[in-house]
Amino acid sequence: MSDHVDGNALAGDLREIFAVDLTVATGQCAGCGYRGSVATLRVYQNAPGLVARCPHCEEVVLRLVRAPGRAWLDLRGTVSLEIPLSS
Amino acid sequence: MPIVSPGFTGRRQSPDVQLPPGQYLTEDFPVLTAGPTPRVPTDRWEFTVSTEAGQKHTWSWQQLIELPAEKITTDIHCVTKWSKLRTRWKGVSLDVLLEDVETAADFALVHSYGGYTTNLPLEDLLDGQAWIAYRYDDDDLTPEHGGPARLLVPHLYFWKSAKWVRGIQLLLEDEPGFWETAGYHDYGDPWREQRYQGD
Repeated sequence: MSDHVDGNALAGDLREIFAVDLTVATGQCAGCGYRGSVATLRVYQNAPGLVARCPHCEEVVLRLVRAPGRAWLDLRGTVSLEIPLSS
Repeated sequence: MPIVSPGFTGRRQSPDVQLPPGQYLTEDFPVLTAGPTPRVPTDRWEFTVSTEAGQKHTWSWQQLIELPAEKITTDIHCVTKWSKLRTRWKGVSLDVLLEDVETAADFALVHSYGGYTTNLPLEDLLDGQAWIAYRYDDDDLTPEHGGPARLLVPHLYFWKSAKWVRGIQLLLEDEPGFWETAGYHDYGDPWREQRYQGD
């Protein structure tokens, strides 16, 4: 059994914070420069929070911790997120 | 005569077992991980204590297991709300490892193979409160549970008991670790339910 799932596991929690589905956004890894959709990240969810790692270099690109009534989103491992919008 | 029988709690819990607030009892040993499980062969394993003055004290695996070890039976409490009672470990007390280390530090940042970090006050590593554990339940500690060796600091939430430990950095100032920079409490006392920042 794999120890992680793909980035679609982030959809519900991210939708609660952002108005758009961020799993289709294109992110760039701060560690290796890999560019790919958030859905391609490797998500470790058997943990105190969601930890999304780059599929190329395994560095942490996104962390999301949920507590009752609040959440923390850490994107220091992400250079940028390119988010498609309806024009 | 008790008004509420333990049967109504819905959890398997002996009435004389006291758990920290918000915790439930588990009999298995859940595996939590924030990344791929490092596999560190003991012939390449090393443990380093570095001081604020830049001094390094390093132990090989052989040197570690030749140090006086203790058997520890203790309850553990995970911030994800499970608690496990009377877990049995073997390891070397941090009092032994830090005995000859000269430092004025008040804080420690623990580093793991794989990049994980966690912080705690240095005093919480001393006086029989913390160990580098390498046996669990009379077996070698498996990689899934942090083997070949993990930190064991059972009086704090278990995220502080870093798996795959490779070193301790002694610091004059507190430096938050992996979960402590992502919303979790800086100290993490389960009996005061210090789960998140501000708790």
